[in-house]
Amino acid sequence: MQVEQISIFLENKPGRLENLTRILKDANVNIRTLSVADTSDFGIVRLIVDQVAEAARVLKDQGYTFSRTSVVAVEVPDRAGGLHDILDIISNAHVNIEYMYAFVERSGRNAVLLFRFDKPDEAVNALHSHNATVLSGDALYSL
Amino acid sequence: MIYNEEFETLPREVLEVLQLKRLQQVVQRVYHTVPFYKEAFDKAGVSPNIKSLDELRHFPFTTKNDLRDNYPFGLFAVPMDRVVRLHASSGTTGSSTVVGYTKRDIENWSELMARCFFGAGLTQNDIVHNAYGYGLFTGGLGVHYGIEKLGASVIPMSGGNTKRQIMLLQDFGPTAICCTPSYALTLAEQGEAMGIDMRKLKLRVGILGAEPWSETLRKQIEDALDITAMNIYGLSEIMGPGVAMECAEGKEGMHVFEDHFLVEVIDPATGDVLPPGEEGEVVFTTLTKEAFPLIRYRTRDLSRLIPEPCVCGRSLYRLERVMGRSDDMLIIRGVNVFPSQIEDVLVGIDGLDPHYQLVVNRQGTLDTIEVKVEVNDRLFSKADEIKTLQKIEQKIIKDLKDFLGVTAKVKLVEPNSLPRFEGKASRVIDNRKF
Repeated sequence: MQVEQISIFLENKPGRLENLTRILKDANVNIRTLSVADTSDFGIVRLIVDQVAEAARVLKDQGYTFSRTSVVAVEVPDRAGGLHDILDIISNAHVNIEYMYAFVERSGRNAVLLFRFDKPDEAVNALHSHNATVLSGDALYSL
Repeated sequence: MIYNEEFETLPREVLEVLQLKRLQQVVQRVYHTVPFYKEAFDKAGVSPNIKSLDELRHFPFTTKNDLRDNYPFGLFAVPMDRVVRLHASSGTTGSSTVVGYTKRDIENWSELMARCFFGAGLTQNDIVHNAYGYGLFTGGLGVHYGIEKLGASVIPMSGGNTKRQIMLLQDFGPTAICCTPSYALTLAEQGEAMGIDMRKLKLRVGILGAEPWSETLRKQIEDALDITAMNIYGLSEIMGPGVAMECAEGKEGMHVFEDHFLVEVIDPATGDVLPPGEEGEVVFTTLTKEAFPLIRYRTRDLSRLIPEPCVCGRSLYRLERVMGRSDDMLIIRGVNVFPSQIEDVLVGIDGLDPHYQLVVNRQGTLDTIEVKVEVNDRLFSKADEIKTLQKIEQKIIKDLKDFLGVTAKVKLVEPNSLPRFEGKASRVIDNRKF
């Protein structure tokens, strides 16, 4: 079970991120969370939004290079060791994490971890068998 | 010092008689042996029976494209059994240009190189460190044969391995060095970084060329190495280095060896011949080359002729320092690169579009080239990871190095962020100051 994220290629220079967020604002797309991976020359912005299709449409209109990619969303209690418990499962399953990011839910009780795995199916199986909460797309976007 | 007193000081009218005789021979010869020239002359309506030097202006030009179209041996004027050497300019297969030499061509070339060295003040007592690249590039072997012809000692160092070069400069004590101007400065800087006083070396003369350089750079090199730096000119299509060379006495403008090369300066836009002294594109006709003669070859080099007599006593016209080119060919650290060749490399990589821009800078003493390439959806849809994009950057860098011999920096940029062109594209930003 995976969720959809939007990854956008941006040059590492002033105003590029601002331009991106303005386009999403004008389209009334809400960003649940994001991560920025950067090098000195370029960066990749990864977004979890409430309306994936609409975000993709406006980005395409504006000529951005982006892709819709899948990540695994895991809900954990927001307490000490919450992340570690999940990483312990992943590590034991010999799955590698390409990248990850996280955010805390509005209620403040839970946090959501977003993972890009090299073997997502094996990771999800391992998480399920340890009773971890893997979120569906609908559940995530409407949080 | 004049190596060939007889031919380098011919009175103008005698030189012109000699030039006409040689021009008549070469025009007849290419007309009857090279189909390309027969067709070109017939099409232009010019007769190979030339009566005066002035008639040459009516003949069609030969361009780099003609050389490419006739790749590899289409313009050779002798059968291959008379060709003893091949050289080629850098380039991907198909777009490089190949030149051939007969035994006599090599002898003439060697003599012209010996003229250059002797004119720069070198004799058989000198030891010459040759850091021009050996191989298909004409620089290394051209210089090598000239030094041997002069009777001086040659150290066939070739390019690269700077630390070892500096070691040999100390141990062998060469009195002269041949390399590109930028490499001379690199040697000076690297030597200094190694704690060596480069001014204390036995070097006294540098024969520098193969890329445009300025008087400012000359002074820098002369100060850093405590040498006299001399400017040499040539291009592989015409022969290689040794087409023209500064003299030690005048050190202003490079004497064209007009007994072997007929030089014209034309308006690059109209093709009209300009009077001596006016600036334009330099055009050469080879007068003695056997294997690969060229008629009115457009060099794309912008310069002017200095017809005034020189203090050294040579009657040969001088070519002013070449400061630019009439097309966008780049010379990066002595390697010729056309934007179109870079384009070839880029489009050869899966997922890349030919939207690119080349930014050339001089960092310290070395030319640097940055290739900006637009990222597109095809490239990005495969994976959204930094390492994937960096792999593509590495692939571009490697291919540019492998195919063109150019070390470039690659920068991925957003789609549609680079300028688009109507008509002729200008994809090069050259920030170097010559």
